[in-house]
Amino acid sequence: MEEKKLYTLLVYSENVAGILNQVTAVFTRRQVNIESLNVSASSIPGVHKYTITAWSDEDQIIKIARQIEKKIDVVKANYFTDDQLFIRESGLYKLSTDMVLNNPEISRTIRRFDAHMIEVNPTYVIVMKHGITEDIISLYRALDTFGCVLQYTRSGRIAVTRGMQEQVSEFLEEREQNG
Amino acid sequence: MRALQAEGVKTIFGYPGGSIMPVYDALFDYTRGEKKCFDHILVRHEQGATHAAEGYARVSGEVGVALVTSGPGVTNTLTGVADAMLDSTPIVVIAGQVAINALGTDAFQEVDLVGVAQPISKWSYQIRHAEDVAWAVSRAFYIARTGRPGPVVLDFPKNAQIEEIDWEPMKINFVRSYVPYPKLDAEAIRQAAELINNAKKPLALVGQGVELGNAQKELQTFLEKADIPAGRTMLGLSALPSNHPLNVGMLGMHGNYAVNLKEQECDVLIAIGMRFSDRVTGNTKTYAKQAKIIHLDIDRSEIDKNVKSDVAVVADCKESLPAITALLNKNNHQEWRDSFKPLDEQERVKVIEPAIHPKEGPLRMGEVVNVVAEKSADDAVLVTDVGQNQLFATRYFKYHHQRSICTSGGLGTMGYGMPAAIGATFAAPERTVCCFMGDGGFQMCIEELGTIMEQKAPVKMILMNNHYLGNVRQWQDMFWMRRKSFTKMMNPNYEHIAQGYGISYTAVTDRKDLASAVEKMLATDGPYILECAILEEDNVLPMTPPGMNVNEMMLEI
Repeated sequence: MEEKKLYTLLVYSENVAGILNQVTAVFTRRQVNIESLNVSASSIPGVHKYTITAWSDEDQIIKIARQIEKKIDVVKANYFTDDQLFIRESGLYKLSTDMVLNNPEISRTIRRFDAHMIEVNPTYVIVMKHGITEDIISLYRALDTFGCVLQYTRSGRIAVTRGMQEQVSEFLEEREQNG
Repeated sequence: MRALQAEGVKTIFGYPGGSIMPVYDALFDYTRGEKKCFDHILVRHEQGATHAAEGYARVSGEVGVALVTSGPGVTNTLTGVADAMLDSTPIVVIAGQVAINALGTDAFQEVDLVGVAQPISKWSYQIRHAEDVAWAVSRAFYIARTGRPGPVVLDFPKNAQIEEIDWEPMKINFVRSYVPYPKLDAEAIRQAAELINNAKKPLALVGQGVELGNAQKELQTFLEKADIPAGRTMLGLSALPSNHPLNVGMLGMHGNYAVNLKEQECDVLIAIGMRFSDRVTGNTKTYAKQAKIIHLDIDRSEIDKNVKSDVAVVADCKESLPAITALLNKNNHQEWRDSFKPLDEQERVKVIEPAIHPKEGPLRMGEVVNVVAEKSADDAVLVTDVGQNQLFATRYFKYHHQRSICTSGGLGTMGYGMPAAIGATFAAPERTVCCFMGDGGFQMCIEELGTIMEQKAPVKMILMNNHYLGNVRQWQDMFWMRRKSFTKMMNPNYEHIAQGYGISYTAVTDRKDLASAVEKMLATDGPYILECAILEEDNVLPMTPPGMNVNEMMLEI
């Protein structure tokens, strides 16, 4: 058995109802958990982009990508490892204002992690951090040792490829020309 | 109606109901009088409609159509949809649905059809308004028939059925996100040809893809030029005639002995339009490890799915086979081909002869199939149900003509046989349709005898009755300590049933009566039931037990 890695799938589909269902069903059938999922309009009109992360081995992620791409309204599905991508996620941390004021170490930690306070009021402070998964989790762990975290949440991943351009628009242009 | 007409539909298998009444009302005019352009075949159960559409599609090469109502009407079709998905059969199921303002309210006969159909269909879509009809129907047929064919499900809410619009015909033959025919990769073609040219012991595995791609001739030219022996999968049996000198039999768990063993000896394995099903490969960890594997398939997701290939050619085999053939050297592998013969002889002596020419005891399935194969016309269509009847029938029937087999290979759907045979008679009214069924499968869609009666569909039904669910019984005997848990079956009086439906019937219990009974069946116009009293505890051999290596195939147990 190959070692499992965190893979990121970039899926482009037509903007029609029910695609998300079809995409996630491919994971469900193979009992692979989706770690994170982000869906948004892509730069191409009418095309949606899905950024999905999952723990898998390469053999399995290839099969998953091909099964997804086989869906009629899916334009492209490709898988990547972290080193092939520029990745960002966001973390939101809701902290107790009292504790932040009473322990200067908390503010220092926030600055050390390059995070920002985006709202402060008498009861709580909202801290936001953009970055890669590990940094966002590390900040949570660090803040948690102070016992000041009231709520914490992390976004799905968004990613662009480091290598060549995404070839989706080229692919579509070629299809339209030959079609 | 006009949308269906535009797609060239001639035959519709269906069953009316509340949510599809507007369509049925319109259909009434299109099936009679001067507007007539369709035959509508009223089935007795919606599952029968999809299997009939599958049989129709398999034999004709056209898209089969089923028309049903919402809720239970369409959930009954889902077995056929899943069957068509696994066996790459082009059908379009059009189902009524409650009006869109009632969707999500648990209205009478409402079911989330698109939701349940998505994982088992090639495409499913809800036509929410009348102006979408032309687009959706044309897209449905385009998707069903192109690329790797498959089932499409259209969910048709009642409001869209009754809205009135100006009809604008539409023809879809392009979907930008869907590439049905991938472009040939010249480098892959070159690599494949090089491997084949250097092969000493090449072996081809022929699947249904050859029939679906209509590449039967291209296949023969390819095989003959490089002198490559070829085994066929169960669904690919009629892609290469039985009597072709390079045909070395059927692959798989109950296929032929030599070809199964030779899969573990060949140096280059060329898979053409087949998907390395577990019923073909046995244990994939040991399967053909010594061989370089070339995989030709139109569906990229099949490449490396079950068996890793060294060279993959993702294209329609109608294009890829001639491209490879052009680069092949003329070759002769006589010695390699001759090495199959002693193994064939072992199988003939130990398995085939006792199965098709038994000297004593009750009738055996193999001999019944053999007699029907000998007596029927060369272009007869074989339809089978699932189980021992299927394995014996596919092993011992003879295939001379392309598109001659309808069987449920992937899903293994008992009850498939009778309705699929009905569909086959409408696809090829001039051909004899022989349908082999066991007593289990016969009863699973027995209601379709009503359709056969009403349509006088000339299905030659060969009911091989052993009072057992024979294949499960065989496994119980082999792997479950002979504990025959609920496989013995009490049967009705089939003669009375045949009488009730007004269908000709003969029973054979004695070997000496078999040939004349088969001749009588084939000479009789219209439907016929030939009930054969079969040895109760017969076994299908040879057999590779599930998960075992294909070279561990057993000739006897």
